[in-house]
Amino acid sequence: MMGKYVEKEALPPPVSTSGPIAWVRDNLFNSPLSTILSLLTIYLLWNIIPPIFSWAFFDANFAGDNVDACTGTGACWVFIKVRLNFFIYGFYAEAERWRVDLSFLLLAIAVVPQFFDKFPYKMWLGVASVTLLPLIVGTLLIGGVLGLPPVETHQWGGLMLTLVLSYVGIVAALPFGVILALGRRSEMPTVRMVCVAFIELWRGVPLISVLFMASVMLPLFLPDGWDFQKLLRALIGITMFQSAYMAEVIRGGLQAIPKGQVEAAAALGLGYWRSMGLIVLPQALKLVIPGIVNTFIALFKDTTLVLIIGLLDILATVQSSIVDPAWRGVAAEGYVFAAFCFWVFCFGMSKYSQALERKLHTGHKR
Amino acid sequence: MTKDPDAITDTVTEAELRANHDKLNHDVDPDYVIKLIGMNKWYGDFHVLRDINLNVHKGERIVICGPSGSGKSTMIRCINRLEEHQTGQIIVDGVELTNDLKNIDAVRREVGMCFQHFNLFPHLTILENCVLAPMWVRKEPRKQAEERAMAYLERVKIPEQANKYPGQLSGGQQQRVAIARSLCMEPKIMLFDEPTSALDPEMIKEVLDTMVQLAEEGMTMLCVTHEMGFAKTVADRVIFMAAGQIIEENEPHEFFNNPQEARTQEFLSQIIGH
Repeated sequence: MMGKYVEKEALPPPVSTSGPIAWVRDNLFNSPLSTILSLLTIYLLWNIIPPIFSWAFFDANFAGDNVDACTGTGACWVFIKVRLNFFIYGFYAEAERWRVDLSFLLLAIAVVPQFFDKFPYKMWLGVASVTLLPLIVGTLLIGGVLGLPPVETHQWGGLMLTLVLSYVGIVAALPFGVILALGRRSEMPTVRMVCVAFIELWRGVPLISVLFMASVMLPLFLPDGWDFQKLLRALIGITMFQSAYMAEVIRGGLQAIPKGQVEAAAALGLGYWRSMGLIVLPQALKLVIPGIVNTFIALFKDTTLVLIIGLLDILATVQSSIVDPAWRGVAAEGYVFAAFCFWVFCFGMSKYSQALERKLHTGHKR
Repeated sequence: MTKDPDAITDTVTEAELRANHDKLNHDVDPDYVIKLIGMNKWYGDFHVLRDINLNVHKGERIVICGPSGSGKSTMIRCINRLEEHQTGQIIVDGVELTNDLKNIDAVRREVGMCFQHFNLFPHLTILENCVLAPMWVRKEPRKQAEERAMAYLERVKIPEQANKYPGQLSGGQQQRVAIARSLCMEPKIMLFDEPTSALDPEMIKEVLDTMVQLAEEGMTMLCVTHEMGFAKTVADRVIFMAAGQIIEENEPHEFFNNPQEARTQEFLSQIIGH
């Protein structure tokens, strides 16, 4: 006789105790030890947070235009206000600063839509922001054509220089890194050896020494008249250095892709480049987004090292203003401001990478 | 089938061997779409394929079985050059596989393959999986490629999954998509490398049904499989491999009921006992 199987009804999960009070009880005071630790933490925060707020806001000075305006016990934001232009533009000729502003605007137009899921033409905008944008902004900032008076790169500085260095570094290091990573996994011994040597060489030296070499020693080796600008040399140094790191991050992703993917691509008749470009790299790069963004963030902050070859990035402009005799005792304000600027950009990159990971997560979704 | 290749023993001279190969090579039966002639392969020092001779007619369905490590998969993977052979010849549809990339491309255009683990591209939808190769290798316009892809997805009975990702499908569905993806390149020959070995028992049938349908339509097929039921109903010829050699080949009825070699008998008693 056949059994009679009756499907049991699907039931909703049991109602759990919820609400803020239940949460606090479950998470902060669920055992004696956790109660002690929670109370200790609350005590410490109580002693740390309010003084920070009163320093930064309640007791701070915002109005005025010199050090004498800072009478309160809090921060002297007057310093930042007065020197803001220097922190942003460096020594860029004052009459030409609209060109920097326009560049910032173009950067924002290119980058901000990437944060929104539904924006149309996002892909084209993305392509333009790594190809067209550097060219347009480069022309705009350097000048010397289209009736724009030239602005020497040694006048560049501040936030604008930091962004130029890191944007070019990021845009150039990723493709270089991809090529190096593919080369390191190549079956051709010469290609592999060249890539391994390149990566190990650049990864094995500190960025400071790379910058020193680029700025001091490279001109000695180059024939006369071959000298090119310090900024360009720093850019090349940073790009080479970071692409070596990038290559290793990407290689990690390439190694995580099962061999079957390449075999399936080959069986379908796709050659090496198509199989890499259409099948392997999209998956590998997606896997290592956290590592790539990590490298980008490191690159962004490492640009401060150009200080030692005499380029004034944002941190250097802050530092040189702090030692100004007209402004004494404003070091903390300066460094907090610089740190805040770096944090905003790094946090933005981090958020973007998280959004990208969520969007591209298709492989294991059930 | 011909036992000639097996007659080659260690006592024949190099010249005789060469003459035999040349004879096989020049008597090109236009019906033969795959010819393996004295093919050998080594992994390092390990002689994995030993003097393999095999002719496959157009439209023939061949099942290859044997214990694991016997070189079955390696042999069919040599036919589309996923593995490289070291000596002997492989001629697929009149094109000899050499290091010449042009020949390899030409062969891969005619030969489709399904893998044990499906190997769908997880970052692309089912439809994108199917149109990728036609669009990039055969330069077809997207619309035409999509129409054909939908037709093949219809044939493997999963057109409604076209816009999902592989990770959202069951194993059996994924394998059927893999078959459709290969068919989109309109191959003359299909290779199957243990297509049902990674599937749950409930899903094996749907994949086998698809393969039977393909066989009935006259596709030339080489299947490495342990599905003896499939071999009995569909195959024109069963090949038994062990230790890198073709030990025995015969039509299915004779093969299962009257195996000639002791090794074959041992293998069959092992798998049929269960």
